Amino acid sequence: MTTEDFTRDELMEVNAARALAGARTCFVGIGLPSTAANLARATVNPGLVLIYESGTIGSKPTRLPLSIGDGELAETADAVVPVPEMFNYWLQGGRIDVGFLGAAQVDRFANINTTVVDRGPGKPEGRLPGAGGAPEIASNCGKVLMVLRHSTRGFVRKLDFVTTLGHGSGPGDRERLGMPGAGPVEVITDLGVLRPDPATAELVLSALHPGVTVEQVRDATGWDLRSADTVGVTEPPTAAELAALRALKSAGKEDR
Amino acid sequence: MAEIRSLHDAVADLVHEGDTVAMEGFTHLIPYAAAHEVIRQGITDLTLARMTPDVVYDQLIGAGLVRKLIFSWGGNPGVGSLHRFRDAVENGWPRPLELDEHSHAGMANRYVAGASRLPFAVLRGYRGSDLATRTDTVSSVVCPFTGEELAAVAALNPDVTVVHAQRADRQGNVQMWGLTGVQKEAALAADRVLVTVEEMVDELTPRPGGVVLPTWVIDAVCVVPGGAHPSYAAGYTVRDNAFYQAWDPIARDRDAFIQWIDENVRTEGAVAR
Repeated sequence: MTTEDFTRDELMEVNAARALAGARTCFVGIGLPSTAANLARATVNPGLVLIYESGTIGSKPTRLPLSIGDGELAETADAVVPVPEMFNYWLQGGRIDVGFLGAAQVDRFANINTTVVDRGPGKPEGRLPGAGGAPEIASNCGKVLMVLRHSTRGFVRKLDFVTTLGHGSGPGDRERLGMPGAGPVEVITDLGVLRPDPATAELVLSALHPGVTVEQVRDATGWDLRSADTVGVTEPPTAAELAALRALKSAGKEDR
Repeated sequence: MAEIRSLHDAVADLVHEGDTVAMEGFTHLIPYAAAHEVIRQGITDLTLARMTPDVVYDQLIGAGLVRKLIFSWGGNPGVGSLHRFRDAVENGWPRPLELDEHSHAGMANRYVAGASRLPFAVLRGYRGSDLATRTDTVSSVVCPFTGEELAAVAALNPDVTVVHAQRADRQGNVQMWGLTGVQKEAALAADRVLVTVEEMVDELTPRPGGVVLPTWVIDAVCVVPGGAHPSYAAGYTVRDNAFYQAWDPIARDRDAFIQWIDENVRTEGAVAR
């Protein structure tokens, strides 16, 4: 499960941060995406502009925020804008390189459900929080990264509800719907990394974290997960990455 | 012109049974004290609008005062579910809750249309999402200039909008700063506007990034220091993240919830912590 040195979650968080290398701007979802984006600023991308949907552009928090509206996000921002402006001018205006999202359920085409889950006959639908900013983030950012823990509950054969379109039912769907951005390019989990096959847009296993097997990932995926032609192994976290991650997390706990 | 009033009187006069009420504030400046006054007065059959229902609407829903919710993200930020919201939707407790559900971009634009007194707003949104299948307030419109098909969202015009702000002057002009969310749009979209403030000052000195709502668009201003708790007012209070975490076990359990509301909101003179 873990080596002596780091946990599966840390592998996920470190690799999610690395995926932000080279990006200029990131629209940050709360939770795991926020951890990754803040770790990226502390490691691979110190100049990364963090944008939170509460209206902050260029937030530089010293601890992980609990909510997307924590005071420190506004106090450390380059600019604070009203929410309609954030969604209309900055997001819809095509100003943001990367959207970083979490998800409750993902299917093989990286479509996302965060609305309702079917709990079986005779039972009411299970209620999830809903869409938030995700549908337009996934549509309008240059590209989308996703981070979530790997399980058959999360990686499902068929979504109970499509909240946010990833690649729809395959190649061409995004273009047909007139979606400006490239959509999901990478899904980082605690087991490895999935990327869409360029030919089919279907998520395939592209890299394993150290010590994880292909079978483990397939067992934790609700569809018949295929592997890319070459499946790499992610680099283990460096001491510096782990130190930065743990410092962010412990700072975030101080005031809770 | 805004009247400077007690919270009790302002809520009693401006918030009516069956109203559509928007209590806005995006994480910051959430008008909790006003919501608690609504609970104390038992004003019911409300349609509540908020982008992020947050714990404030979890409390109103659990108190049985809400018929319908218009929203875009219903979680306890950074903590998990809103359990009273879920119980109402999944099990109809304490009463069924009708939903009108959107994305954030859609909700923000519904307020923009409302403030602009237009029938709808246009955005590039909802594409490929099932959301539009569950609401009659999202449709599409073809651009007359380019032929592009765009999402149209119906204007949202609350009967009354309630917001919290940092301060007001004695004439009832209101000033807020920090994260100002959709408060200006929600206020200008509404028929009636109630504002609670941290303090009353003689003069509103300009603030960077500040929003001023002039007294002549407001009906009542109430001085309620700490009225956003456990949300916050930048420059006055900090977000009580520990409360948001402590809310989870309270809201999970119907009896614990009722006890909390009775002890902290309904009890005469109770100051909700």
